[in-house]
Order: sequence, then structure tokens, then C-alpha cells
Amino acid sequence: MGRYVARRLLLTIPVLIGASFLIFAMVYALPGDPIRALAGDRPLPASVQAALRAEYNLDDPLLVQYGKYVLGLVQGDFGTDFSGRPVLQTISERLPVTATLTGVAIVFEIIIGIAAGVLAGLRRGSFFDNLVLVTTTLLVSIPVLVLGFVSQYVLGVRLGVVPVAGINEGLYSYLLPGLILAAISLAYVARLTRTSLADSLRADYVRTARAKGLDRRTVVVRHTLRNSLIPVVTFIGADIGSLLGGAIITESVFNIPGLGRAVFESIQRQEGSVVVGVITLLVFFFIFFNLVVDVLYAVLDPRIRYE
Amino acid sequence: MSEPSTSQRRRPDEGGEPHDREEDREVGTTALASPDVDGVDEKQASLWGDAWAELRRKPFFWIGGVLAVFFLLMALFPALFARGADPRACSLSNSAQPPSGAHWFGFDQLGCDYQAQVVYGARNSLQIGFTGVIGLLVVGVVVGALAGYFGGWVDSLLARITDVFYALPLILGALILLRVGPEARIFGQPVPIISERGPGAIALALVFFGWMTAMRLVRSQVIAIKSSDYVAAARALGAGPMRILVRHILPNAVAPVIVYATITVGALIAAEAALTYLGVGLQRPNYSWGLQISDGQNLLRTAPHLVLIPSAVLSLTVMAFVMMGDALRDALDPRQRS
Repeated sequence: MGRYVARRLLLTIPVLIGASFLIFAMVYALPGDPIRALAGDRPLPASVQAALRAEYNLDDPLLVQYGKYVLGLVQGDFGTDFSGRPVLQTISERLPVTATLTGVAIVFEIIIGIAAGVLAGLRRGSFFDNLVLVTTTLLVSIPVLVLGFVSQYVLGVRLGVVPVAGINEGLYSYLLPGLILAAISLAYVARLTRTSLADSLRADYVRTARAKGLDRRTVVVRHTLRNSLIPVVTFIGADIGSLLGGAIITESVFNIPGLGRAVFESIQRQEGSVVVGVITLLVFFFIFFNLVVDVLYAVLDPRIRYE
Repeated sequence: MSEPSTSQRRRPDEGGEPHDREEDREVGTTALASPDVDGVDEKQASLWGDAWAELRRKPFFWIGGVLAVFFLLMALFPALFARGADPRACSLSNSAQPPSGAHWFGFDQLGCDYQAQVVYGARNSLQIGFTGVIGLLVVGVVVGALAGYFGGWVDSLLARITDVFYALPLILGALILLRVGPEARIFGQPVPIISERGPGAIALALVFFGWMTAMRLVRSQVIAIKSSDYVAAARALGAGPMRILVRHILPNAVAPVIVYATITVGALIAAEAALTYLGVGLQRPNYSWGLQISDGQNLLRTAPHLVLIPSAVLSLTVMAFVMMGDALRDALDPRQRS
């Protein structure tokens, strides 16, 4: 297991380099002259412009710029934006917001998704089962953008039960955005739980447990659920990584200052350093949670062994 | 042995994954009972025959199919659906009027008939959805087939490249590409398609950051199938890699790809709306549901129909493809049959 984890960690390095270079190369082509944009209406003296260009390595070719960037990165230096603010500071402000949003979303996935899936899986073909099937289809089909606006309008503007936008009311203001962010994954969790549970209910060991006289409740809770939740747990684990990087629409609709918004705002301001830094971080999280899930798989399911 | 009529038929294959074996058990008996694979008139219970019989009984498939045809017609002949209204004929005196008997969808802020606006938005959405899916299938199938068939260092290299793209969030990646696109230069020349802020650029950005799932699907299918007996037989008969891939392996890997492609049309349509909403997608004077939602956002309190109507139409379009894809998956996976 230790060797497996070490090999996987080594494999993340080329992926991180590839992904950050891809973003870096695109940002390198960002339109406009950031130095002139920074100066605003008052033109900077040519010498100051040249000094600034040198400071931000703007005159180097792409590969040299990228090399210098990576060199800083491995020393924990994410660079600064053009107003001299460290990118790491932006990240440390924005990351907790996105992490809270993702956390709320994951809690919704676990509670609603698993509950709906279990109830549907226990009674295949029942009214509730069909209800779950139709609801999950709707959730998967309605774009996050639409779901966000409609729920914001109905719950926030018309009924006033949740804050319309922003994060000024603490955890309460994350409630609706978290639910919206969770929507699609929640539907998948419910479906996955449903099929997985229905599959395990037909397994031999469940029949054995019933045959030796255990009541249905014990069979379901102690024997069936523990096994059928393995794929669900791993799905949710991997989803943490995806949600962290996929929150930009939710953050935009509900005006939440998270990492996705940070990337968006930086692109508008032609701040390449923030874009590359944040996305590299998101890629790292994505890979990290996928690795955790693969390890978790082996822990939860003794049949799976990595050399 | 050239047998175009059987290229889609599943053959018994012992070496496949458990998944494949289960599918084959269903059709294997018929295939074995009639070893004459060139029989044309004989009614075969092929995977596709079974799937169609199954599909016909699924309400989801019909709802999705009817919706998809409806929106397809809307994209092709928007004038028929606009009830005679011209999307360019606007009068500010009608600004943001709510829906009425004469104008079912009301008017937008500039006083244009909203039904015409929404109807004319269908073409861009569907165009991006379909060209995007075709594009990512081409990339995904080619890369996946090469990686799966040749294995070794080719596979390692292609799999790593896929990992790189897979780890990048789709919307963020496409957002940057589209932001950079209009002024991107390669050797001083504007890049074709991507430098024009049209539907083509959006489709291309979505393909660029969205081909990985198709690649992984095809790759795993190819790996599962390439060790089967009929591929060995074809190789023994002297078929080259290209022929084996195109004639023998890919037709059998097609089922999961079709399911994926159908659902992805919907996903890409939703992604286009999201990118347009973020301001990097379609621009006026293009018609786009994302643009209408984004414009209506400011009037959400006073004229909610400006957001709600394009939202509903967008959702129904995405739903059409998701429902068809779901029904197809159930129909093509015999394990689900009771």
C-alpha cells in the first residue's frame, strides 16, 4: 500500500506540471498590456514600465517565464498580482469560502442523497422509488444556472426564507448555494445508493442472514448497507475535488467570493498569476481527493489490494 | 470474410469483462444457434434489436425523443415557432411587458417579442451541443482507441495527457480559453474559429476541455475487446491494426459511447449557457438562452418572466437528451432487465 501511494503521488507531478503549463500558456496569451492597464490614465515613464516588466518577467519567452514560475512554486511562492498582493493571500481568503460551500454541499449529498437512495432501493418499484427516479432526472437535467436563479427567486426574493445573495449571514447564507451546488451530485448519490443497495439485497450473504433468523432491520443496517455504501462513499470522496473546482456558476449566481470568482475576476483584470495559482491548486485538490478515494477503496473493501 | 450486416452484432466472446459476458449470454444462444452469420432475413435478437424493443416501452425515451425533435425543428425552422413575430422588430414602449394572450412570452427589456427571441435561441444551443459532441467524440474515440489498442508507452503517454485535462475544471478551462481566444495569435495570425466569438469557438473550447470521458470509455472498451477470440481470428487472417480497430473493435464499443454522447449533448448545451452567462460565450446580436437569462437577472424582481422562460426552455432541452440517454443506457445494459 505504501508503495502504491508513493507511486501515485509521483504520478501527480507530471499531471500538475502539464495542467499548470496549459493554463500558464493560455494566460500568457491574455489580451492587452497588463502594465498599461495597471497604470490607468496616467502613462507611466518608459523606465518604470521596463522595470515592472522585468520584475514580472514579462519580456521572457513563455518557457522561461513558466520555468521561473515553477521555481517559485516549489519554494511555496505563488507570486504576486500586479498590485503587489501575494497570490497566496488571495487564496487564503477565498479558499475557506469555497471549502465551506463544498462542505455544505457534501453534507446535503450525504443526508438527502443517501436517505433517498436507501428508501428507494429498499422498495423497488414503489411510488417513492419512482418519485426518486423522476426527481433525480429533473435534478440532472436542470442546469445549475437555472436551478440557482429559480430557487434564488422563489426562496430568496418571493418567500424571503434564505438570504438572496452574499455570505453576510454566516453558515445560513451557504444553505441554498450549497444545496444548488450539490444538486447534480445529490441525484447521482441517490441513484448509486439505490442500485447498489438493490444489488446487495439479492446477494447470498443477505439471504444467509435472513435465513438464520435476523430481523429485516438488522440485515439491512448491519449487513447490506455497509457493503452497498462503499461505491457511494468513494463517489462522494471524489466529488469533493470536483465541487471545489466546479463552484464558479453557483458562486456567480449567489455572489459568493470563492475561488471560482477569484479566477473569473482575475481573468477580467488580466491577472495571470492568480488564475494560474488558483487553478493549479484546484487541480492538486482534484488529484488528491481521487487518490484518497482509491486508498479508501482498499480500506473499505478487503477484496481490493494494491501491490 | 466481409459481413457488413453483422458488424453490429455481438459475438460470443470469452475473454471480455464480466460485463460483456453477461450481455453475450443474452444474445449468445441465438448467435450459436445460427452460426451462419451472413443470414440476412433471419430475425436476430441482436443487442440493438433487444434494445429497441426495450426502448419502445420506456416513457422516458418517448418524452425525451418528442422534446428533442420539437427543439430540433425549432432550431431548423424558427420562424414557424415564433408565431410570425420578428425578433428584430422591437419597440421600447413594450419594454419588459409580461406575457399576454397576443404575446405568449411577453417582451424583453428592449421591447422585442420574447417568444421570437427565445425561439431563435434554439439554433445556437443545439448547434453547439451537436458539433461539440461530434468533436469530442472524434478526439475521444481516436485517442482512446490508439491508447487501448497499442498499450505500452503509447497508452502511458496518452493516459497521462488525458489525466492532465481531466483534472482541469471544464467551465474554468473553457472560460480562460474563450477569454483569451478573440485576441489569441499564433505566429501573428488570428487562430481560426477560436478567434471569432461565435458558436464555433464555444464548441471548440468545450471539446478542448471535454474529450477525456469519451477517451476513457473507448479505451476501456477497446482493452476489454481486443483480447477476444474474434479479434485474434481477424489478426490470424492477416488483418492490420487499422482494420481490426475500425471493423472489429470499435463497432462493439459503440453502445456505451452512444449513451454518453446523448447525455453529453444536453450537458454541453447547459455549459454553453453557463459560459455565455459568465460573459465569455455568445454575444449580442446572437440569440442565446444564456444571454437572455443573464440580461433578465437584473429585472428578476420586476419582470421574472425574462429569466424564467428561457430557463424553462433551456432545462427542457437539456432534459430531452438526459432522458433519452438514461433510457438508452437502461436498454443497452441487459443486466438491468428483469
